[in-house]
Amino acid sequence: MEYPFTQPSALEPPAEWARLRDECPVSRVRMASGDETVLLTRYEDVRTLLADPRFTHNLSRPDAARIADSESGGVFNEASLVTDMTSGEGHLRWRRMMSRSFTAKRVNALRPRIEEIAHELISAVQPPVDLVSALGFPLPVFVICELLGVPADHRDRFAHWSDAMLNLTKFKQDELDTAAREFHEFMAAHVLAKRDNPGDDLLSELATIVDAQDGRLTEVELIITAQGLLVAGHETTANMIGKMVAMLLADRSRWEALLADRGLIPSAVEEALRFDANPNIGIPRYVSEQYEVAGETLPAGTTVITNLASANRDGCVFADADEMVLDRRPNPHIAFGAGPHSCLGQALARVELQTVLGVLLDRLPGLRLDVEPAALRRREGLVVGGIEEVPVRW
Amino acid sequence: MEITVDEDACCGAGQCVMIAPEVFDQRDDDGVVILLDPAPPPELRPAVENAAAVCPAAAISVFP
Ligand code: HEM
Repeated sequence: MEYPFTQPSALEPPAEWARLRDECPVSRVRMASGDETVLLTRYEDVRTLLADPRFTHNLSRPDAARIADSESGGVFNEASLVTDMTSGEGHLRWRRMMSRSFTAKRVNALRPRIEEIAHELISAVQPPVDLVSALGFPLPVFVICELLGVPADHRDRFAHWSDAMLNLTKFKQDELDTAAREFHEFMAAHVLAKRDNPGDDLLSELATIVDAQDGRLTEVELIITAQGLLVAGHETTANMIGKMVAMLLADRSRWEALLADRGLIPSAVEEALRFDANPNIGIPRYVSEQYEVAGETLPAGTTVITNLASANRDGCVFADADEMVLDRRPNPHIAFGAGPHSCLGQALARVELQTVLGVLLDRLPGLRLDVEPAALRRREGLVVGGIEEVPVRW
Repeated sequence: MEITVDEDACCGAGQCVMIAPEVFDQRDDDGVVILLDPAPPPELRPAVENAAAVCPAAAISVFP
């Protein structure tokens, strides 16, 4: 089977997910690279593997499957160079150091600023408009740039660099190499500038830690971290804004329920994350030791793809799994993964999504899709799935 | 109702603080969970159980 599967439409999951959950929870699929991987689709299996501290998404080992059809195999296949910050003790140290900037308290404090950015972006457009380019993409970039302390006027270049990192099919190897070099040089120059001119931002804070030279963080690790945050904090949230709004407008009674009760916003955001049928490939794991799952034994060296979105529609865990239930509680979806490697920026992503939704409901209560939901087109080739355009009017 | 948290497992997602701020907080320097109230009043049970259910690290245990 070729993977990812074809969807009936951008908002509906491929029929294979339900079939594999029922009949074949450990299946073999072929990636864009031609390499074969093992696909997991059930909630328990996906969650247990993701949370296993022995394994990571780093596929740089020579026997790992390549995901993309470029020579290097794409973002998951690149070696993590000189650092132990991606697994085990090194990862835990790195994670705890970064977590201070993404606590509930820190990201809640950003709400007023995020609201302001959303208002400015909405004020700048007239209907009809594509919500993805007007709001979805610019907002998370402004937010992550402010948090890092990087000027947002380089937005177009960031967009190109993260596309190059996350696109599985579009670029040739030399284009990928050039983008990687430029991005690294850009970040390195910014880190240097922070030393001369520190600000109240994450890069300045981290540069001080590097300068303490106590082994907590090296210069190269800082630059890789900054690049990672910019990319991780950008495409994922941007696409999710478009998908969330499309899902809520596709059946307008959902939008109306939110207009009637703003108290639904947090649980509606969680449900949109759970209901997302467009995560693209899911999250890989390089299983470096023999591993048992659903009664099968996978040999050491297997590359596994965990389909988080299929897991999130598993009827064993979620009642009415194929319905969007705006007040679902509890909602233990794993759109942000699970365990030690689960999304570092999830509190920030939640606050961004909740804030955007609140501002849209206040400013544009008459918001509606300007096309039939079935006509929405998915973005092709990305590690992070999304919808190409969400045309709206009000 | 009694609660315990596993600091070593905590991944700092902040969900518990968002859902039940009366019961949970996070350390400023590394985001690890702080249990403010190990035996919260019954009216907080729904929030506490929700926080435990959605914790991505399964680091919260609730005992009746
Ligand atoms: C809706 C938006 C987002 C989604 C759906 C999402 C999803 C994910 C998922 C599934 C993982 C787990 C990868 C794995 O297990 O290998 C992850 C990791 C990560 N995410 Fe997010 N993310 C989002 C937003 C963000 C934001 C806003 C940031 C930061 C500013 C961010 C930063 C990260 C980082 C640094 C990691 C790696 C964590 C680690 O390895 O410890 N993400 N994300």
